[in-house]
Amino acid sequence: MTQSSLLKKYLMALTGIVLVGFVLVHMAGNLQVLIGQEAINAYAYALQNLPAPILWGSRLFLLVCVLVHAVTAYQLIKENRMARPRANEIEVTKRAGWASLRMGLTGSLMLAFIVFHLLHFTIRAIFPEYNDMKTTVGSPDGSEIHDVYSMILAGFQVDAISIFYVICMFLLCRHLAHGVSSMFQTLGLRSERWRGKLDLAASAYGWIIFAGFSIIPVLVIAQKYGLVNCLETCGSSCSVNL
Amino acid sequence: MKLFLKVWKQEGPEDEGHFESHVLDGVSEDSSFLEMLDQLNEQLLEEGKEPIAFDHDCREGICGTCSLNINGYAHGPENSTTTCQLHMRKFEDGDSITVEPFRAKAFPVVKDLVVNRSAFDKIIQAGGFITVRTGSAPDGNALPVPKEDADLAMDAAQCIGCGACVASCKNASAMLFTSAKAGHLNMLPQGQAEKDSRVLNMVAAMDEAGFGNCRNYGECSAACPKDISLDYIAKLNRDYAKAKIKKVFS
Repeated sequence: MTQSSLLKKYLMALTGIVLVGFVLVHMAGNLQVLIGQEAINAYAYALQNLPAPILWGSRLFLLVCVLVHAVTAYQLIKENRMARPRANEIEVTKRAGWASLRMGLTGSLMLAFIVFHLLHFTIRAIFPEYNDMKTTVGSPDGSEIHDVYSMILAGFQVDAISIFYVICMFLLCRHLAHGVSSMFQTLGLRSERWRGKLDLAASAYGWIIFAGFSIIPVLVIAQKYGLVNCLETCGSSCSVNL
Repeated sequence: MKLFLKVWKQEGPEDEGHFESHVLDGVSEDSSFLEMLDQLNEQLLEEGKEPIAFDHDCREGICGTCSLNINGYAHGPENSTTTCQLHMRKFEDGDSITVEPFRAKAFPVVKDLVVNRSAFDKIIQAGGFITVRTGSAPDGNALPVPKEDADLAMDAAQCIGCGACVASCKNASAMLFTSAKAGHLNMLPQGQAEKDSRVLNMVAAMDEAGFGNCRNYGECSAACPKDISLDYIAKLNRDYAKAKIKKVFS
């Protein structure tokens, strides 16, 4: 054993905190889609044009956090399996909840989701035509910029992709429900007096993240089938129309 | 009561092991679970068969010797109860009961239901003590201990080292045991001098023994016959972080 069990757990908790914070900021950024094309395009343009060291430094830092979180989880799970070579004939669970028992499953699926999501909207390798979506709406100087708004609308037009995103956000919600509370325990910052409240707060946090991320694909699909009409359809300024 | 028992049989540490089925009739509901096993062993002896080996000592719930995984529950389905204090009135006539040893890599089976829990002794030897010159007993109250600290230390010291926490943990983690033993001393003035080395060494011994990692399920505390709280695991996490940081910067 190269590293103590507790050090590995601290790594899980510390990288977890970074990722927990990241999903909140990401969700808040996404919600600007609801304000309209100009807001989200301007926000995305500002992010993409941050000074290179800040932009790439943050991206690298997040990537390292994801990798450390995943690799450490893999090591821990491997050790845990070795710790009981023969399983109990009857396995009972007294207290552990659905989410806490399936952190490995939800985590692995989240990792697959991150890869898909980056290829879908960030690297845009799955649908290269997203790269051709240009507009002046939201541009700070009137020049043509990438039309993130249209890309999101186009991306979630596909029913299967929207359903996949919502399912993945549900898995993230459950991963957070255990993780957010558990990281306090791992760092020694939880007591039985606080446990119930922290569990509740963690679950609430998970549901907020789920709702904030899912509302966009849900609205795009709902609008596609004429159920709602709340997303801005921007005529000729949009590369895609609902 | 008539019971249908499925009991683990294993010749030695190297043996594969298997379950054996027994039917036991005429069990008094006032007998304890261990007395029921005694009755089964008498029946086996009368049939000319080898009795089942199981751990037991005080039979009053305080020594931590009895173990057994009963229908999947360490020490049986009752809360805050050791196997020796579990009574047959908690079962129904005609019940099927599966009895297994406490299963963990760090607890190898010696025979049948007897497991070797000396991994716990190694954790204690690594730091679960205070280094003092022994002699006559110190005067009472010579070393003042705040009442609240004394109570919390006593709650941790209740741990009888039975290993139910390991058996009930999905990962066979020994964090509840280790944290109770380290926490008990770390909360008292006598334990302060060796506080940092205690947590570092006890956790190292725990990892060395091959226990799994804590995933904050809380199954250990739910199975603990002495209701040791998860607070001690949080405290061990805290104390270990402090000790490790101090070590890095010292």
